Amino acid sequence: MTSSEALVRVEGLRKLFPLNAGFLRAPTSFIHAVDGLDFAIAPGESLGLVGESGSGKTTTGKLLVRLLDITAGHVFMQFDGQVLDVARLQRSDSKTFRRKVQMIFQDPYESLNPRRTIFDTIAEPLQVQNIGNVLDQQERVAELLNLVGLSPPSTYLFRFPHELSGGQRQRVAIARALVINPAFVIADEPTSMLDVSIRTSIMQLMQNLGTQLGVTYLYITHDLAVARYMSTRLAVMYLGKIVEMGATEEVLQRPQHPYTKALLSAVPVPDPRWTRTPVEIKGGISKPIDPVPRCRFYDRCPLAAKVCEDNDHPPLEDKGSEHYVACYRV
Amino acid sequence: MATEERHNPFATAQPAGDGTTLDQQERERLRAQPLWRVRLKLLAGTLWNNWKLFTENKIGLIGLAIILFYAGLALAHPLLMGRVWDPLIYDPVIGFDPLAAPHPAPPSAQHWLGTDPLGRDVLSQLMFSTASEFILGMVAALITVTIGTSIGALAAYFGGWIDTFFMRLADLVITLPAIVLLIVLGGLFTLDLPLLALVIGILSGFGATTVIIKSQALTIKVRTYVEAAWVAGGSHWHIILRHIIPNLLPLTFLYMMFTVTDAIFAEAILSYFGLLNIRMSWGLMIHTTQSAGYLLNFQTWWLIVPPGLSITLLCAAFYLVGRALDEVVNPRLRKR
Amino acid sequence: MSETILRVENLTMHYTTRAGIVSAVDDVSFTLDEGESLGLVGESGCGKTSVANSLLKLLADNAVIKGGQIRFKGTDFVPLSEEEMRPYRWRNISMVFQAAMNSLNPVYRVGDQIIEALETHLGLYSHAQARQRVTELFTMVGLDPALMDQYPHEYSGGMRQRAVIAMALSCNPDLVIADEPTTALDVIVQDALLRQLKTLQEMIGMSMIYISHDIAVIAEVSDRIGVMYAGKLVELASADEIFHHPVHPYTVALMSAFPSVTGPKRELQTLAGEPPNLLYPPSGCRFHPRCPFATEICRQQEPEFKDHGGGHYAACWHPQEVTV
Repeated sequence: MTSSEALVRVEGLRKLFPLNAGFLRAPTSFIHAVDGLDFAIAPGESLGLVGESGSGKTTTGKLLVRLLDITAGHVFMQFDGQVLDVARLQRSDSKTFRRKVQMIFQDPYESLNPRRTIFDTIAEPLQVQNIGNVLDQQERVAELLNLVGLSPPSTYLFRFPHELSGGQRQRVAIARALVINPAFVIADEPTSMLDVSIRTSIMQLMQNLGTQLGVTYLYITHDLAVARYMSTRLAVMYLGKIVEMGATEEVLQRPQHPYTKALLSAVPVPDPRWTRTPVEIKGGISKPIDPVPRCRFYDRCPLAAKVCEDNDHPPLEDKGSEHYVACYRV
Repeated sequence: MATEERHNPFATAQPAGDGTTLDQQERERLRAQPLWRVRLKLLAGTLWNNWKLFTENKIGLIGLAIILFYAGLALAHPLLMGRVWDPLIYDPVIGFDPLAAPHPAPPSAQHWLGTDPLGRDVLSQLMFSTASEFILGMVAALITVTIGTSIGALAAYFGGWIDTFFMRLADLVITLPAIVLLIVLGGLFTLDLPLLALVIGILSGFGATTVIIKSQALTIKVRTYVEAAWVAGGSHWHIILRHIIPNLLPLTFLYMMFTVTDAIFAEAILSYFGLLNIRMSWGLMIHTTQSAGYLLNFQTWWLIVPPGLSITLLCAAFYLVGRALDEVVNPRLRKR
Repeated sequence: MSETILRVENLTMHYTTRAGIVSAVDDVSFTLDEGESLGLVGESGCGKTSVANSLLKLLADNAVIKGGQIRFKGTDFVPLSEEEMRPYRWRNISMVFQAAMNSLNPVYRVGDQIIEALETHLGLYSHAQARQRVTELFTMVGLDPALMDQYPHEYSGGMRQRAVIAMALSCNPDLVIADEPTTALDVIVQDALLRQLKTLQEMIGMSMIYISHDIAVIAEVSDRIGVMYAGKLVELASADEIFHHPVHPYTVALMSAFPSVTGPKRELQTLAGEPPNLLYPPSGCRFHPRCPFATEICRQQEPEFKDHGGGHYAACWHPQEVTV
């Protein structure tokens, strides 16, 4: 993919959270939550961002919708020929940005205001961006309710979130994200709070709507099995870095980074006949507080060698067919 | 058991709706009712549900009954004065009944609660004062929650120097002994009822109420729906007005009740010391009793019991209603 | 054939709420052999945690066991008083909860909390002996014994869950019930913990009941699996049977809805509708409103929970013959 085709292009994205800052005292150390990410997302594809808790995947998502300020780096997004630099949004660009980029959150119990009706929740982007009059908004919201499978819409329009089940709430959240026809939607673990039988229908709904409405997704999840179904490409994050990236099946079938391998072999398999290869790495993920300049995975890596300790974190390299790996030892 | 896989019937399950277009029927259903009427209905529904929850609590109902009883007294007074009672005899401030002398006269058929040392009807005084107590309490409470809610929401949402400034101010106000301050103010200026309501409203509004409402606002600020509103393109004001304040309102309403209690209590103390410029009030009734030397005289109980009991009862009533509302607002306090 | 240590028969448990009676567990029967591990799987609200809590009679104030028997080594727990129940808890049956942080008191050292459990339930340890026992337990669950004098907040999530397991094992119980033991953990930590539990079970020979919403986790650790739906046990069989020859349509649906990272990428199937509100459970078979095979009899009569051959129990009028 050349850079001009990409819908989203992230260059050297960083987010540092200051620690122990006080009154009139500069912080002395930082959590490197996101530490130099480079990736691009083509229109119509779905990039899965996977990693354990603390890997920086959710922070990345929040940076891309500007829920957090970007410490350094660039995020370029291109909509209808207009290129936005998300880290430095001008007032005029800001409007386009809010229309084109939306987010679906993890917890459908937290992401809907309990005191607002389903109509007010879904119409919120229309209301705050002054799109259409009240009747237009009602019709648009009803259309969306139909689209996400909550029909007939008139029975849902003026209910409150507590009258709906978890799955229905997540459908409402999806409708809210899609109501202004966004081009790029960041989905932060939208199914992790849902039960299996409901999860699949939400996954399929998101896929169908993505194709139908031409939405590009960044799908954030800790669950590799879900990522397999929800993304065309996969990026594996570890301590604020992407360690491996490539076509989903390619990464899952032929993982190269020792961390990806470990992650894959640790996923429980719903088949008692299956014997998994044992996980080779030990310990848990730590916090990336002022990391020393060496491979971030050094402490836990079964392949760790001197080269990994002496050099900074390895760059992502193409190992053929756009399968990128950040490791000195593969 | 069959070895080959059968056609899976679950494949036909439809996850999505029937399409983007609305049928005519739905469209008409939407247009049938204007939005404001729907909202009004929803509001009524919410209030009705909360009322049902409230009525489950005996304590709250007792409180409400006491409040209604006193509200009835306040409303009945002008009617009685206009139609039944002779103003020359029954006026709470300048009335005098020469036939009932010597004053204070004990309860009788003419004066159900007797007369005070100046020959005025105690029941009339009691009823007349009730209105002022209510007005004082309500005005003070409204000022308190208006200040408390806006400052609390702003301090929580923006943080930074706004937060620091108002929280330090709150610390200062909390450390001031309110009653002592009011007594000093009463000595320096002529305190009347509106001014007293304002002072109590400000003291309470910039003090503890703000701190409590701010801490609640902080828990709302970090909710995901606030993030969602931001992503939707909502401004700071949209988020504060549409998400944070509506979720603060129940708590706000609760603190209104507690402020009413504080205000009535403060009035009683100030009037008792004779520091309040007011025609008649429960505190003033006790003040009159005291200055005429009847305060600890149990033979003349009708002078001290009606105002004293009223202060206690009405304060308690608002407190009880507040407690009951607390259970409506915080489901965790409710019994299953 | 090893001995049956737990026999649950027709267990029924209700919650009384302001809205009415919730039949959280309805007519559930199963047995557990010595050294066996049973997995209970189901979606949230299906009653799996209520079953676990009923086994130890750790019930909320508004919960009541309406009927059935819980026979542990011949003793029926149901009629026992709180006082009579106490000796069985922890010493015979212990529990590992999902939220490890809540099971550990933040103001006491982890080791001291286990020592306290030992003293409360066994009461015959000197302090040195008790510390010796904690060292043993820590080693067993894969924790460095040097950590016993630290506070819970100094532990990571995985370490805390190990400490809770150590506490559960402290009195050498015959049965450990693990309620979503790894749900809050990342996959790599989860994997290590599950392996540790399996090793421990083989070593000590205790029985286990695993409770999880995650059928993959259950597949990893269970010999036999019970599938619960809306307060009912709908299917109970060996792990292999459940995964490869499920009989109940709900189990079939659950299996085909679950994504996997291994094997060919198959189409995920969806199950229409949502689980019922247990205030108003559906008539007949509780799964009938969502079941594609439902007929008149399913709506009217409750199917019997019966053996479909080789100890494969299911409650269904139209048992499926599926090979997955």
